[in-house]
Amino acid sequence: MRLLSPKQAQRMAIGILGLATFAILSVLVFIIGFVLNKGLPVVSWAFLSEAPSDMGRAGGIFPILITTLLLPLLALAVAMPLGVGTAVYLAEYTRETRMTRIIRFGTDCLAGVPSILFGLFGFIFFVVMLGFGWSLLSGSLTLAIMVLPTLIRTSEEAIRTVPDAYREVSCSMGATRWQTVWRVILPNALPGIATGVMLSIGRCIGETAAVIFTAGSVLGRHVPSSLFDSSRTMAVHFYLLAREGISNEYAYGTAAVMILAVLMVNLVAYWMMHAFIRRRAR
Amino acid sequence: MKRIDEIIARPLLAAIAFSALASLLLIAVFILKEGLPFMARIGFRDFLGSSDWQPQEGHFGIFPMIVASLGVTLGAMAIGAPLGIAGAIFLCEFVPRPVMRTVKPAIELLAGIPSVVFGFLGVMVLAPLVRTHFGGPGLSLLTAAIILGIMVLPTVTSISADAIMAVPGAFREGALALGATRWQSVYMVILKAARSGIIASVILAMGRAIGETMAVIMVAGNTVRVPHSALDPVCTLTAKIAMEMASASGLHRQSLFAIGVVLFVVIMILNALAMTAIRSRKGASS
Repeated sequence: MRLLSPKQAQRMAIGILGLATFAILSVLVFIIGFVLNKGLPVVSWAFLSEAPSDMGRAGGIFPILITTLLLPLLALAVAMPLGVGTAVYLAEYTRETRMTRIIRFGTDCLAGVPSILFGLFGFIFFVVMLGFGWSLLSGSLTLAIMVLPTLIRTSEEAIRTVPDAYREVSCSMGATRWQTVWRVILPNALPGIATGVMLSIGRCIGETAAVIFTAGSVLGRHVPSSLFDSSRTMAVHFYLLAREGISNEYAYGTAAVMILAVLMVNLVAYWMMHAFIRRRAR
Repeated sequence: MKRIDEIIARPLLAAIAFSALASLLLIAVFILKEGLPFMARIGFRDFLGSSDWQPQEGHFGIFPMIVASLGVTLGAMAIGAPLGIAGAIFLCEFVPRPVMRTVKPAIELLAGIPSVVFGFLGVMVLAPLVRTHFGGPGLSLLTAAIILGIMVLPTVTSISADAIMAVPGAFREGALALGATRWQSVYMVILKAARSGIIASVILAMGRAIGETMAVIMVAGNTVRVPHSALDPVCTLTAKIAMEMASASGLHRQSLFAIGVVLFVVIMILNALAMTAIRSRKGASS
């Protein structure tokens, strides 16, 4: 005799699977809730706008906030032309060949490289060999390589969703391939590309291991004034505050600002992708 | 006559297209260049098999770190894989589509939470729980495995869900038409059809777990010793690199790059396996 009838088995399976899903969501809600609950009381206008003092035990996080903004923007300034260029080449200038398979394979592998290895590489290549030192430049170049796979993938997908009719009309009016890409395809793929950009910014904001060995962790009272200045991002600041037990209170405050920033960036990315897909579907 | 921008566009873009591959090679070359000569000098067997890590005395054995990384990763998979796959099945098969379209991105948001935050919560919330309920110092292999298990959930759920949704509707309808219950159709038909995608999700999650650094460094305890139980503090390969990188120089620094080589090789193997699994799915469905 069977232990359970198919109906009972189904009921039990749904119960267990539902419980698992509930557990995943509760962890998510707990993490965000816990950090915001502990951190938001610390966050004030002064916290956001003042320079840190006493190793981060007092004052605010203003220069850190600016570095957290600068580093992803610099990284994207480098990665965007490379990422979008690769995507344009893969989607518009070539067919699937052995070459594109190798390019894709490289991109997928790069996406799987853990951030500590980006940190090691950035340190030995940009900091030591090219002599950039611990600086915004070393940090942003390392991050640029790290976000490249994300940019390539999202941009290629965005370009591929532009309907063929657009290309045909453009070409039939005498436009060259590059004119078609530049004036027709890229503007129409822009929301999709922007999704990749936002996801990349989110990854940069939360990144620690790749940044701490390349951009360094100097806690300055002033906003970094040159590309060769070392400075710390929120993630690095948070890590040092928490790990060295400097100030749990300020650590939570920094974490709250960081989590809000990451959530906002990711939500915007998701919303843009959604709007983009819906417009295409019409 | 061809315009100049038209002439340079193709070769320029073709060159740019190799940027990712070139970066990967550059990373591989530089990590190998620093690490391999060191390995050859110390001897592979001493480096990988010895438990004695005392850089000042010239002892560089990473066996305890290898065990720690493996233990933490397998523990994380034991927690993250079943939970993540269960979530994917539930969302794809037992929940209305609009609910799924809201919950899946929410779970993917987990991936956006910085790893240092996971680590900190591990220290503040999870480690005390482990200490009071299981004993030991709290910062341990078990704690690290639980935190990593949570961190890989979005990877497992998201990729598994994509694989399950890619199963043709006819498979489902066929099973249901033969009188199977919804659950029977899932575990007899759909999971088999989506198997390679689900396996790929777990392998990718393994790569993420073994490469994770900042969260592990905070919760694992960082004691270089082969653990006897899950409650012992451990030091993973990644944690060792990150902790000693700032102060290391000379041979010591090279040894950290040699650890990087081990990590790089393991992760490339995992990547290749995952890609093969994904490709075999594409092949099967066409």
